[in-house]
Amino acid sequence: MSLTTTMTDDAQIVKVNAERIDAAMAIQFKEDMRTETDSGADRVILDLSEVQFIDSSGLGAIVAAMKQLGGSRKLDLAGLTPMVEKVFRLTRMDTIFDLYGSLSDAIAPADASS
Amino acid sequence: MVKTFACSFTATNMDARSGISSIVAQLRSLGVPGARADEVQIALTEAVNNVVEHAYESAPPGDVRIRAELYPERLWINIQDAGAPFPRGKLPEGKPADVNVPAECLPEGGFGWFLIRELASQVQYERSEGNNNLSLCFEIKVTSPSAEV
Repeated sequence: MSLTTTMTDDAQIVKVNAERIDAAMAIQFKEDMRTETDSGADRVILDLSEVQFIDSSGLGAIVAAMKQLGGSRKLDLAGLTPMVEKVFRLTRMDTIFDLYGSLSDAIAPADASS
Repeated sequence: MVKTFACSFTATNMDARSGISSIVAQLRSLGVPGARADEVQIALTEAVNNVVEHAYESAPPGDVRIRAELYPERLWINIQDAGAPFPRGKLPEGKPADVNVPAECLPEGGFGWFLIRELASQVQYERSEGNNNLSLCFEIKVTSPSAEV
C-alpha cells in the first residue's frame, strides 16, 4: 500500500494513495503505518481524501494505527469521502478521532478549526 | 418488474472485491442511487468478509454465490457458501462497539455484524444441504437508470 509522508512544523501528514482500505489491504496498511510513523511528530494527520471505500477491516486497521502511536501521540483524520465518513459515523468511531473535512482544515491553527 | 442478476467467485479477499464491485456496478446502472449503493456495498462486503474469514477458515476457500433481486422498492441479496455454519446455527447479534473505553482498549474488529444490521432492513439465515444462505433486504427507491451518468 502506498503512503506518502509530508512533514509540517508540528505535524506529520500521511496520505493514503489508494482507493480502498479493505480486508485485502488492512494488515499491509497497519504495518506500513507502523513503519511510516515509527518516529516523528506527536501529531499525525492521515489524509484519506483518495479513499473511496473502507470496510470494518480497514476501520480496525486505522484504530490499530492510532493505538500503535502510543498515548503521547495523536492521530487525526482528514478529507473523509462521504462513504468513509458514513462507516466512521455508523460505528461511532467518529467520536474517537478528530475528523476534518479537508487537509487544509486539519492543518489550520487549532483555534480556527474548533 | 424484477431484475435478477448473479455472480460467483472463490472466497478470497481479492476475488470478493471484484465480485462485489460487479454487483454494485450493476445496481448503479439499474438506477440505485449512489449513496444507497454505497450502503449495500458496505453490508455486502461485511457479509462476504465473514464467509472468507470464518466459514472457510479451516478449509480451502470454496465458492461464494451472490444473487440479487431488485424490485421497484426493495433489493434482496442472497449470499450462499458451502463453508462452516454459524456457531450454534445463529447469526451474531451485532452489538455496537463500546467506544467509551481508554484508547488502548478500543476494538479493532467486530464491527461487521453491527454494520450489516444497521444497513439492512431484514436479515435472514438458513442452513440447508450443507450451504449457508444469508439474505439481506434493503429498502430502495430506484431512480431512472438514465439519470445516472
